[in-house]
Amino acid sequence: MAVPSVAVQRRPSILSRLAESRNSLGFGFMLPAAALLLVFLTYPLGLGVWLSFTDTRIGRPGIFIGIENYQYLWSDGVFWLSVFNTVLYTVSASILKFALGLWLALILNQNLPFKSFFRAVVLLPWVVPTVLSAIAFWWIYDSQFSILSWALQQMGLIDHRINFLGDPTNARASVIAANVWRGIPFVAITLLAGLQTIPQSLYEAATLDGASRWQLFRYVTLPLLTPIIAITMTFSVLFTFTDFQLIYVLTRGGPVNATHLMATLSFQRGIAGGQLGEGAAIAVAMIPFLLAAILFSYFGLQRRRWQQGGGD
Amino acid sequence: MAAIKEVERPDTDEGGMGYLQSLPRRVVTVYLPLLMFVIVLLFPFYWMTITAIKPNAEMTDYVKYNPFWVVHPTLQHIRYLLFETSYPGWLLNTVIISTAATFLSLAAAVLAAYAIERLRFSGARQVGLAVFLAYLVPPSILFIPLSVMVFKLGLYDTPFALILTYPTFLIPFCTWLLMGYFRSIPFELEECALIDGASRWQILTKIVLPLSVPGLISAGIFAFTLSWNEFIYALTFIQSSEKKTVPVGVLTELVRSDVYEWGALMAGALIGSLPVVVLYSFFVEHYVSSMTGAVKE
Repeated sequence: MAVPSVAVQRRPSILSRLAESRNSLGFGFMLPAAALLLVFLTYPLGLGVWLSFTDTRIGRPGIFIGIENYQYLWSDGVFWLSVFNTVLYTVSASILKFALGLWLALILNQNLPFKSFFRAVVLLPWVVPTVLSAIAFWWIYDSQFSILSWALQQMGLIDHRINFLGDPTNARASVIAANVWRGIPFVAITLLAGLQTIPQSLYEAATLDGASRWQLFRYVTLPLLTPIIAITMTFSVLFTFTDFQLIYVLTRGGPVNATHLMATLSFQRGIAGGQLGEGAAIAVAMIPFLLAAILFSYFGLQRRRWQQGGGD
Repeated sequence: MAAIKEVERPDTDEGGMGYLQSLPRRVVTVYLPLLMFVIVLLFPFYWMTITAIKPNAEMTDYVKYNPFWVVHPTLQHIRYLLFETSYPGWLLNTVIISTAATFLSLAAAVLAAYAIERLRFSGARQVGLAVFLAYLVPPSILFIPLSVMVFKLGLYDTPFALILTYPTFLIPFCTWLLMGYFRSIPFELEECALIDGASRWQILTKIVLPLSVPGLISAGIFAFTLSWNEFIYALTFIQSSEKKTVPVGVLTELVRSDVYEWGALMAGALIGSLPVVVLYSFFVEHYVSSMTGAVKE
């Protein structure tokens, strides 16, 4: 990539023309994407921050009220409960997704019959629209006709039906389980792609040196997989943290706000309740967490480049 | 030793050192866990399907009928869904919106990716990073300000509200994916064309694009699926029943407060999932390899 620019530097007259056309062409090519992103992504991001400092309601433009929304949220127990729920939801779901996803990736990396069939099948939960699979979970978690309760009762493990979504602890566990179910394929397939880039010869060499299976995993697989784990988990954490659909379908934040995430609370206050300013403030409160995740991802990428020995 | 064994048994060549494991051990460490994963991951789909074809009498009677099976399969739920609800309309809306958003995003992403990756205008790296960061901005923090904008622009309750907002997450993703793809196309091809007097536009349409059809297909499938699955914008920006997309329509219109029509709900979920599943089953190999930008050479 550096070669053309070096060649160009020797001929200054062409350099100026080329740079000019490159930049104007580049500008023209970037225009459609940049326009759409600036208007519908960057501007709303700023508008959201501005709204969070106003008392805008649906159908009534607001006035600047400073940090009143934030002061109100600071003293609002439900908001703090939603922060706690979001962190709990993100941490437990991410750990489970990572552990199970890595396990599944290691299994799929083996020499299996019908390899591509299994890969395709495993991806299904991730491909299907979340809302639609969440509706299936809603039916699985039904308080009266839950198939899980029925199966466990038939096996004699429980003597009465489980109230999956009606009890705070159960509801939290249920939505986390549904999220893990949906998230495993993404983690597994991305890590699988990473596993396949590890040369077999490393394993052969380590085996000849007498490494055990655990040592093979710990000293060959894991170090080489770390960069891709960092990226995959950043994405996973990011999307779990901002999850909305699953909760909206399964519990709408209930029972007694036990499963309200920041995103669902923001929707409930901002759109359903009409308090756009307050809803925007809740959304803005998510940004620091997201920034932390993005920084983590950035350094993960840096490390990946460095490990691959490439400058680009 | 290992090498000799591999020559003797060429059929195990691919699996590296898999032959070092005995069969019983493989059953416990590989096949059994795999079976568990497949059962757990697929059960909701099975349950969806079986519920969609179950008559109401069997659906709630777990004493007389085994819930895991259906004795008298029926199409009544599907018939109800297709002829007595707005479901076909929602399907059509979703197809139109997803297709439009996909093509809009792909066109913008191809130009942007080519500019960032190959034109190398000054600041291309920074723009590339900005595009990556844009992908990390989640819809959950944009929907409130976007709803204000959509209302002011007079787009509220029209398909354009979705067609224009979906590219906010589609363009960064497609650009990112296509940048990786364009990088794998040899520079020399473009240099030859430049020497032969081709313009940048000709290079893009006659050389780069034909070579990156697999990348375009992956990006297109991704974009289509992401738009098909989108929920929060569609929930916020569309109000009229007949203009809704499938995920929103199924959830808000089929769920009545009194009695849940589980059969129709499951049929709706199943039919709404089919298009993306079919799309994926054709292109799953592309998909897996392009997911991390690790295009097989």
